[in-house]
Amino acid sequence: MSNIGNYEERCETFTWEQAEQELEYRPGGVLNIGWHCTDRVCLQGQGDKTALIWEGMGGNEKRYTFHDIRRASNTIGAFLRGLGLQPEDRICLFMDKIPELYLGVLGILKIGAIAQPLYSAFGDESLFVRLENAQTKAVITQKKHAPKVRKILDKLPHLQHLIIVDHDGKPLKEREVAFSLEKSAPVETLDIHPTSAESPSLLHYTSGTTGLPKGVKHVHYSLLSQYMTAKWALDIRDDDIFWCTADPGWVTGTSYGVIGPWCLGVTQCVLDSGFSAEAWYRFIEKNRITNWYSAPTAIRSLMKAGEEVVRKYDLSSLRALSSVGEPLNSEAVLWSERVFGKPFLDTYFQTETGSIMITNFQGMKIKPGSMGKPFPGITAVILDQKTFEPYAEPGKIGLIALKPGWPAMMRMYWNNEETYRKKFNNGWYLTGDRASIDKEGYFWFVGRDDDIINTGGHLVSPFEVESALIEHPAVAESAVVSKPDTINMEVVKAFVTLKAGFTPSADLDLEIMNFIRKKLSPLAMPQEIEFTEALPKTRSGKIMRRILKAKEWGEEIGDTSTLEND
Amino acid sequence: MSDELKDIVLKYVIDEYLEDDSEPITYDTPLISGGIVDSFSMVSLKRFLENKYKISIPDDQATPEAFDSVDKIAVLVKKFTKA
Repeated sequence: MSNIGNYEERCETFTWEQAEQELEYRPGGVLNIGWHCTDRVCLQGQGDKTALIWEGMGGNEKRYTFHDIRRASNTIGAFLRGLGLQPEDRICLFMDKIPELYLGVLGILKIGAIAQPLYSAFGDESLFVRLENAQTKAVITQKKHAPKVRKILDKLPHLQHLIIVDHDGKPLKEREVAFSLEKSAPVETLDIHPTSAESPSLLHYTSGTTGLPKGVKHVHYSLLSQYMTAKWALDIRDDDIFWCTADPGWVTGTSYGVIGPWCLGVTQCVLDSGFSAEAWYRFIEKNRITNWYSAPTAIRSLMKAGEEVVRKYDLSSLRALSSVGEPLNSEAVLWSERVFGKPFLDTYFQTETGSIMITNFQGMKIKPGSMGKPFPGITAVILDQKTFEPYAEPGKIGLIALKPGWPAMMRMYWNNEETYRKKFNNGWYLTGDRASIDKEGYFWFVGRDDDIINTGGHLVSPFEVESALIEHPAVAESAVVSKPDTINMEVVKAFVTLKAGFTPSADLDLEIMNFIRKKLSPLAMPQEIEFTEALPKTRSGKIMRRILKAKEWGEEIGDTSTLEND
Repeated sequence: MSDELKDIVLKYVIDEYLEDDSEPITYDTPLISGGIVDSFSMVSLKRFLENKYKISIPDDQATPEAFDSVDKIAVLVKKFTKA
């Protein structure tokens, strides 16, 4: 029997008050995610239970009980408070998946500050725009990533502290400070800041089709959504050993790699090393992982590695498998059912929604390739893109829209009210994703409604890549689109015109790829660059990405009446 | 050829993928499973090898396992150089 039990009954009877009661939250009272994920679990008598099994490079392992993570988050919180950091200050975590990242999120939340996790592979330009937009006060990082922050420090006058968690004793520069969790005296009790439901908690950045990345502000009340969805959508149980493979630099990594399992008092594992099928299977076998939350790109990479390697490991502990980040193709669902004995269940949400919105539930009939059904308490519809009215009949393709009001819904885009407002129309939150609903109420993903590229479950803005490309000395103009990819669903492709004096070559191609990789991130690096004499433009001079994208996907080019050289 | 090849690849990996303060790496340091080169960046490493050695590595041979160390990359490059 799954945690959710009868889906239809839950949909009829569920209200978010149930989550409030289970979490012992009284409206108007104090609500702090950091406390709920640590102190509350300990008060419930589970302090000695393992909270985190972490494995780094070379098999180096660390284990933490709930008492340990309570004290460690207290210690980090006290240190940050000692630096003078205040409630609602933005504190960035710019680290690999080391324990300090997970514990740092909780420590920041405990003092009422806003945790701003950023993917550690970001280049200095990606880092700069996000730190500048958030007016971040402190960055917590590792010595290996500190040079990227140092490079932009002069342009960030509001950044007061660069905190290095693994400092090696070399002289520190101005604004830099060392902090060692292991060497610090553990703080047994910390005055938790009395955050309320609407106090800000996390700031996650997501790419926009135009303009700079958007800082999505969440609040402590999101806990209710993350708690209920971890329990009912991911079916996390008290005796589970849970593994969320996402990096907390992205929303899945905080919603379900920190908050979800720990507010339920469940043991979770973290593997801080690069991908290899052998390493992942070995990790599952070693830790007897029961509940595994991963991504289609990883699943397709495992498929590519073949079934022989699966048979080398005992994976019989696996009970529940789920996936997020991009649509999970039916082949992957059927493959996992054959190889692991159970299917990966697709779940759907966004940085803005903060928690799972549409999902396949354990125990329900699974239609491979479908997104599943809305979570209880979530009203999801398909909108007519012209009228913004929901389609009444099944099978129509339109925009996935959600009725605002669930606890984990974003509260704003940081310093970007105008873009935030555009996300709503006719009383609906517009996801920007297109889908249809079948007769039985299952959602079927179709694609994005904009030019955003979803590569390996991560959104990349073509605008951001194009802006970076023209900073390369050889690039005159560029247009960036997605192209199909068997593993990552989509990858970045750039069409580039060169300035006079430069000629296309394999070396220039590689140079531009590496330029973007270092400046933005490996995700944003074009996997293919096509040098061209000219780009398709409207008569007003706007580059028509649509035409280039259609060619890549083998689709109809559509209306070209506004094409400049038509 | 092999050691020279390994030295060239090692230098490229150090120059392109390691931060200034990173621990030193050797021919057998895990690159992909060790998190030094991620799966997206592997594409640029493959492109470097193809440009440098005038070879073409088929996508189905460009696996994380085949790129997981300088030693393994050298084997791969040799295979396609000979072919």
